[in-house]
Amino acid sequence: MRTDLYQGHDYYLMDEWLTEEHKLIRETARAWVKKEVSPIIEEAAEKCKFPEHLLKGLGEIGAFGPYIPTEYGGAGLDQIAYGLIMQELERCDSGLRSTASVQSSLVMYPIYKYGNEEQRKKYLPKLASGEWMGCFGLTEPDFGSNPGGMITNFKDMGDHYLLNGAKMWISNAPFAQIAVVWAKNEQGRIHGLIVERGMEGFTTPTMHGKWSLRASDTGELIFDNVKVPKENLLPGKNGLGAPLGCLDSARYGIAWGAIGAALDCYDVALRYSKERIQFGKPIGAFQLQQKKLAEMITEITKAQLLTYRLGQLRNEGRATSAQISMAKRNNLAMAKQIISDARQILGAMGITGEYPVMRHMMNLESVITYEGTHDIHLLITGMDITGFDAFK
Amino acid sequence: MKILVCISKAPDTTSKIAFSDNNTKFDENGVQFIVNPYDEWYALVRALEIKETLGGTVTTLSVGGADYEPIIRKALAIGADDAVRIDAAESDSLYVAKQIANYAKGKGFDIIFCGKETINYNGSVVPGMVAELLDLPYVALAHKIDLAGNTATIMREVPGGEEVLEVNTPFVLSAAKGMAEQRIPNMRGIMAARTKPLAVEAASAADASTTVKGYSLPPAKSGCKYITPENAGDLIRILHEEAKAL
Repeated sequence: MRTDLYQGHDYYLMDEWLTEEHKLIRETARAWVKKEVSPIIEEAAEKCKFPEHLLKGLGEIGAFGPYIPTEYGGAGLDQIAYGLIMQELERCDSGLRSTASVQSSLVMYPIYKYGNEEQRKKYLPKLASGEWMGCFGLTEPDFGSNPGGMITNFKDMGDHYLLNGAKMWISNAPFAQIAVVWAKNEQGRIHGLIVERGMEGFTTPTMHGKWSLRASDTGELIFDNVKVPKENLLPGKNGLGAPLGCLDSARYGIAWGAIGAALDCYDVALRYSKERIQFGKPIGAFQLQQKKLAEMITEITKAQLLTYRLGQLRNEGRATSAQISMAKRNNLAMAKQIISDARQILGAMGITGEYPVMRHMMNLESVITYEGTHDIHLLITGMDITGFDAFK
Repeated sequence: MKILVCISKAPDTTSKIAFSDNNTKFDENGVQFIVNPYDEWYALVRALEIKETLGGTVTTLSVGGADYEPIIRKALAIGADDAVRIDAAESDSLYVAKQIANYAKGKGFDIIFCGKETINYNGSVVPGMVAELLDLPYVALAHKIDLAGNTATIMREVPGGEEVLEVNTPFVLSAAKGMAEQRIPNMRGIMAARTKPLAVEAASAADASTTVKGYSLPPAKSGCKYITPENAGDLIRILHEEAKAL
C-alpha cells in the first residue's frame, strides 16, 4: 500500500462542535493508525491474519472501553470520543474497528452494565489495557436475525452451571481469553455468562475462507458440557434486551466507523482525481467525476451530521435503539455507494492493493450484515414509526 | 534535571497559505495548527527521555495567545509535567526570545530545549538569542545528546561530517531531526493532561526589533520537462539556455 496520506474532511465545519480533547483523541488515533497499522494492514488482509501485536497499542490509545469509568481502567470519555476512535480505526480497516468494537461494546459494556462489582474489578482493567481480549457469543448457526430462538443453554447443577451449545461468526473468538455468552436457562430465559479460556469443554475453532474482514479473526465458540462457576453469571439483566443493549452500543460505534471507511475512499478518490491526467487534464476536471465526488462529500456530510446528533443523544441517555438502527443502516448504505464510486474513479488502479478501496468494499459486506442486517434495521425503523412488528 | 522546552505552534503542513492585511499577516482563517514538529518530535521527546532516565521535571513554555492552549495540552499529554504560556502576541524573534529569557532567568533550568526552527517562519534564531540573553552556552542543530552528571556530550551535523561537543549545564540547545522518535500520546496521557498545571503569565516589557513589510508566495512551479535518453545532449543546452542554471 502507498504512504497513508489521509486527511479528514469536514465540509460543514463540524469540528467546531468538538472539544479540544475530542480533537486530540482523534488526532492520536489517526497518528497511531498511520504509524502502526497502515504500513501492515494490506499484508494482514492478504494473509488473513489479525495483527495481534497491535492489541497493546489499541489499549494505549483508548480504543478498548473508552467510555468505561476510569476506576475500572477505562478512559471515562463521552460517546462522541468513542465514535471518533471507531471512525479513525475503520478509516484504516473495518476488521481493526471490529476488534475494538467487540471488546468495548460487547464485552466491557455488558460486564460494566450487567456485572457485579467483583466481575467489573476482575475483568475490566485487563480488558481496557488489551492484556485480555474478549468476544461475544450471541449468533448461532441457525439463529442470526432471530437470536431469541437460540438453543445454547445452561443447567443449574447446584454449585455450577453446565453450558452446552455453539456460537458462530464470533469476532476475536480464536484469541480471546474470555467470552460473554448468551444462553437460555432451564426456564428458557436468556442470561449472560462469562466463559474463560481453559474451561474444560470450551473450544474456539477459527473460521476460514472469509473474503471480508480478513485482518480480523473470526471463529466459533463450542460448549461441550462446560462447567461455568456460578459467580460468572451476569446478574444485572436478563432476557433478550440484555444482549440487544450491548448491540445498541456496538451499532452506534459502527455508524461512526462506516463514516471512516467512506472518508478514506473519498480522500483517496479526490486526490487521485487531481493527479490522474486523461485527455490532457486531471480527471477531476470532468463533470462525470465531479458528480461522483460531489455526491460523495454530500452524503458523508449528511451522515456526519446524523451521527454527531446521535452521539449527543447517547451522551444524554436519550438515543433509542431505533435511532441507532437508522444511523447504522444509513451510514453503511452511504459508505458502500461511496466505496463503489471511488473504485470507479480510480479506474484499474482501484482494484489493486495499492489503494485501500477494494479492502474496504469487501469489509463492508460483513459490516452491513453483522450487528443487525440491513433489512432488519429497516424493519426496526418500520416498527418504530408504524407500531406494527413485521419481523415474523 | 530541570528542563524547559520551548513549544511553538505551526500550521499543519497541508494548510493552504494565504496572507491578509495587505500581505503583511499570515491568514490563519481555516488553518489547523499543530505543535511545531521540531519542538515536539525532537526537543520535547528527548527532554522526556532524559527525565525518565535521570529524574527531574519537564516544563513547556510558549509565547502566544489563548489559541495556544490545544497545542500546550498536547505537549502535556505527551508527558510534560507542567506548562507556562506567556500571554503575548508573537511578534519578531527577538521579542519571543526576550519573553523566554525573562521567564527562565533565575529559575535554575539545567537545559533549555528548543526545536531547531519553526516550520512556518524558519528563523532558527530564537534559541541563540535566548542563550545570549541568559549568558548561557548554546549548541545549535544537535541531533544527539547524552548526559553524564552535569556534562552533556552533544553531536551536531557540520558540512560533510559531524561535530562532537561537550558542555556543562546549564545550556541552551536547538534540536534537529534524529534527536528522538515521534511519541504519540496515549489515553492515559490525554487524561492526565486535563489536570496538569498550565500557568498563564503576563508578558514582560520588550520591544520587537523588526517589522514585517510584506509576504509573498514563491512563483508557481512550472511543469516537468522530459528528455528522452536519445536526446540526453539537450539537457546541457536546456540547463544553459532555458533554466540558466549553468
